[in-house]
Amino acid sequence: MAEISMREGYGKALAAYGAANPNVIVLDVDTSASTLTHFFAKQYPERFYNIGIAEPCMIDVAVGLALSGKIPFANGFSALLALRALEQIRTCVAYARTNVKIAASYAGVSDFKDGPTHHSIMDIAIMRAMPEMTVIVPADANEAGAWVPVIAEYDGPVYLRISRAATLPVHDPTVTVQIGKGITLRDGGDVTIIAAGSMVGRSLLAADQLAARGLDARVLEIHTIKPIDAPLILQAAAETGAIVTAEEHTILGGLGGAVAEVLSLHHPVPLEMIGVHDTFTRTAPTTELLMDAFCMGVEDITAAAERVIQRKR
Amino acid sequence: MYFHPDSQIIKLQEHARDLRLDSIEMIHRRQAGHPGGSLSAADIVAALFFHKMRIDPQNPAWPERDRFILSKGHASALLYAALAQCGYFPHEDLRRWGELDCHLQGHPDRLKTPGVDMTAGLLGHGVAVGVGIALAARMDGLSFRTYVLMGDGECQGGIVWEGAMVAAKYRLANLTAIVDFNNVQLDGAVHDILPLEPLADKWRACNWAVIEINGHDMRQILQALDTADEIHDRPTVIIARTTKGKGVSFMENKSHWHGVAPNDAQLAQAIAEIKGAGHHG
Repeated sequence: MAEISMREGYGKALAAYGAANPNVIVLDVDTSASTLTHFFAKQYPERFYNIGIAEPCMIDVAVGLALSGKIPFANGFSALLALRALEQIRTCVAYARTNVKIAASYAGVSDFKDGPTHHSIMDIAIMRAMPEMTVIVPADANEAGAWVPVIAEYDGPVYLRISRAATLPVHDPTVTVQIGKGITLRDGGDVTIIAAGSMVGRSLLAADQLAARGLDARVLEIHTIKPIDAPLILQAAAETGAIVTAEEHTILGGLGGAVAEVLSLHHPVPLEMIGVHDTFTRTAPTTELLMDAFCMGVEDITAAAERVIQRKR
Repeated sequence: MYFHPDSQIIKLQEHARDLRLDSIEMIHRRQAGHPGGSLSAADIVAALFFHKMRIDPQNPAWPERDRFILSKGHASALLYAALAQCGYFPHEDLRRWGELDCHLQGHPDRLKTPGVDMTAGLLGHGVAVGVGIALAARMDGLSFRTYVLMGDGECQGGIVWEGAMVAAKYRLANLTAIVDFNNVQLDGAVHDILPLEPLADKWRACNWAVIEINGHDMRQILQALDTADEIHDRPTVIIARTTKGKGVSFMENKSHWHGVAPNDAQLAQAIAEIKGAGHHG
């Protein structure tokens, strides 16, 4: 497939939206050739600030811009934004409720070649714990682009999780998205696979394989991890009686944790979680191999679906 | 550079005295807060809020107002006293500082207290946030100035210097930082905990203009603030040499009084000393 990477979808959409909204300011930390904010920087150099390799500082500068009514997009590597700049994000973005958009690139294990220092597998859990923060995980390049105007026009802090990789394509370029509204990608009655990010495409493949084995899997995309679409999840729990979550993230505290909270509080059903099993990852020759090696393969999803269906009574 | 008549100097010294009185009474009433660094910065804050800054307490969101970031957010009593005395909110609110339903938080909160331009508390953010505000002012063609009041101990944190380098890169002449260099931090003297000197050279090396003053000499404070207005190619830092706990003899230069509230007898003595200090305390 000739699909483009998610970061390219984001970077091009940001440059395109720059024409429509002169309040959008883009900041980067010496990674614009990686996050692909260089498209925006070329077109709007007067609205682009390269802060150098100083993520905490970039977040605080973005906060200052937001205080004056600008709409700053702060770009960098997810592992550094969610970890090194965390106090800035907590205190000056979330607590002070400044209108900063954090675009966290190279998320999950998509920076396969640079290894576990660069992988970001706990960022969703961290950001989700934060009051006032909206956490969004697009599934593919088209969806990443679609989020740019939506989050720019939403008033409040947003964490947008961007993959370096070309994830399996899910959406066409006209996809529309709404904060907090999940998408039913495939209907089914035996089990529901709830997925985010790169695992959405893999979950659709898993549903095809399950269908060949006579199992009818529903696939929900929950792109907004916070605020989570509890009604859609509870409807799936009631109608299919079994849930599998799938994310490119540790199974602790991310999408799986969020879904588990919703289910256990309101409608407990058997649940299986697909993701990294509380371990650091490794360097690998491709993102896809890495995902397969750390329990995020299509086979892992189908096996989990079969297990969880068995657990229904 | 403007001429500052003696009458103006005396008036601002009286404001500084009132800020010290309110601060110490607030900290005593609440039995919590940071007296040492509130007293050391009172003259600087008086100069800014009662003379230098273009602000409108009736219109705290005025886009063209000068901005003030209390990066050393633990001096919140001092800021709250200044805001109340300027008329941003009723003076009696100060009596309820820290109560559960009071807008005055332990550290300044921009969403709860009128006149607080930026939330602060954990140290180090002021310069970098100020950079963002100053960049926005430039983009919008607005002439307001952003003032950042910092502590000395705060300069031990790396993000201060990250922000300083970015401010210099963009030649943000509309940004003025003031270091309240009282040379005492929570655990002891700054030169014992982590030496900062030569502090002026550090800022110069970051391509800032540096003005060094006695931070309790009102005329020097005003002249330094005026001088910063005349520097058009780089940001300015005013390194204000101050005395921690200034105006209360038993608090002066004592790290113990960084974050400890006075008891009733100590309050009485503190008030007497602040009131007795006259115009040149």
